[in-house]
Amino acid sequence: MQKSLKVAVLRFPGTNCEFDTQYAFEKLGHTTELVWHEEVKLPTDIDLVVVPGGFSYGDYLRSGSIARFSPVMKAVTAYANDGGNVLGICNGFQILTEAGLLPGALKRNNNLHFISRHQNLCVINNDNTFLSKCTKGEVLNIPIAHADGNYYIDEEGFKKLEENNQILLRYSDSEGNPVVVNGSVTSIAGVCNENKNVFGLMPHPERALETILGSEDGLRMLQGFEA
Amino acid sequence: MTATVNVFLKDGVLDPQGKAAHHALDSLGFSGVSDVRIGKQIIINLNTEDKIKAEAEVKEMCETLLANTVIEDYTIELN
Repeated sequence: MQKSLKVAVLRFPGTNCEFDTQYAFEKLGHTTELVWHEEVKLPTDIDLVVVPGGFSYGDYLRSGSIARFSPVMKAVTAYANDGGNVLGICNGFQILTEAGLLPGALKRNNNLHFISRHQNLCVINNDNTFLSKCTKGEVLNIPIAHADGNYYIDEEGFKKLEENNQILLRYSDSEGNPVVVNGSVTSIAGVCNENKNVFGLMPHPERALETILGSEDGLRMLQGFEA
Repeated sequence: MTATVNVFLKDGVLDPQGKAAHHALDSLGFSGVSDVRIGKQIIINLNTEDKIKAEAEVKEMCETLLANTVIEDYTIELN
């Protein structure tokens, strides 16, 4: 029998996906604990930290720019530097790039719209914990909902991402061909750090858990951490 | 002393808001526009009159929080 994970789900003022995230991991048989942003320590014996989606601090200044200085983020940085798994979804991805735990930055969508819909994603690399249950080249159907998801990285940084298989997902059509959704460099939807223990993506796997609601592809993504 | 910080996307980083405003100006018949960039202005009142100290401090504020230097440049004016 696989081990049940203990997942810490962070909560900042303005976070709004924390309960969906808890629901998703609990549906998979894991235990979760909400962690308020003022905590200076993470719970003991955790297997994963999730920085969920939402609008921390109202997206003031830049999305994620204020949350990244919350007391709990010091503990998250130490946990990540120690090799612990961290997953940032949507606003969580923005917070992790602002914190320097992931390379690049997320700009306003090219068309300036808040884009909210189901979107096909192509799995680019699966030699990492997060996408270990997915197949390279596979197309997943996962909802997106963001205004600042336009991933930017300079050329040098992009080369490193490619060489080290750090590009996780690209926005694609149903055949897996990249499509322009928000202006992201080469349609990138998610990346990981060099050590492959910190993951960030704009799409919401926690909103794709039931076929009747459009897709259950999110389950397999989150199951990656069960390894 | 007052510090006026201007934050803009770096040259070479596409500014979607600037592009939209440029397009709107074109549509309104302002044909002489070659580029539009939209940034943020942050005004900070400081409890010091020491310009050197103020400049160092505001620079640190920009590097730490006010600008994301992956995509943005900033300028500081002190008065």
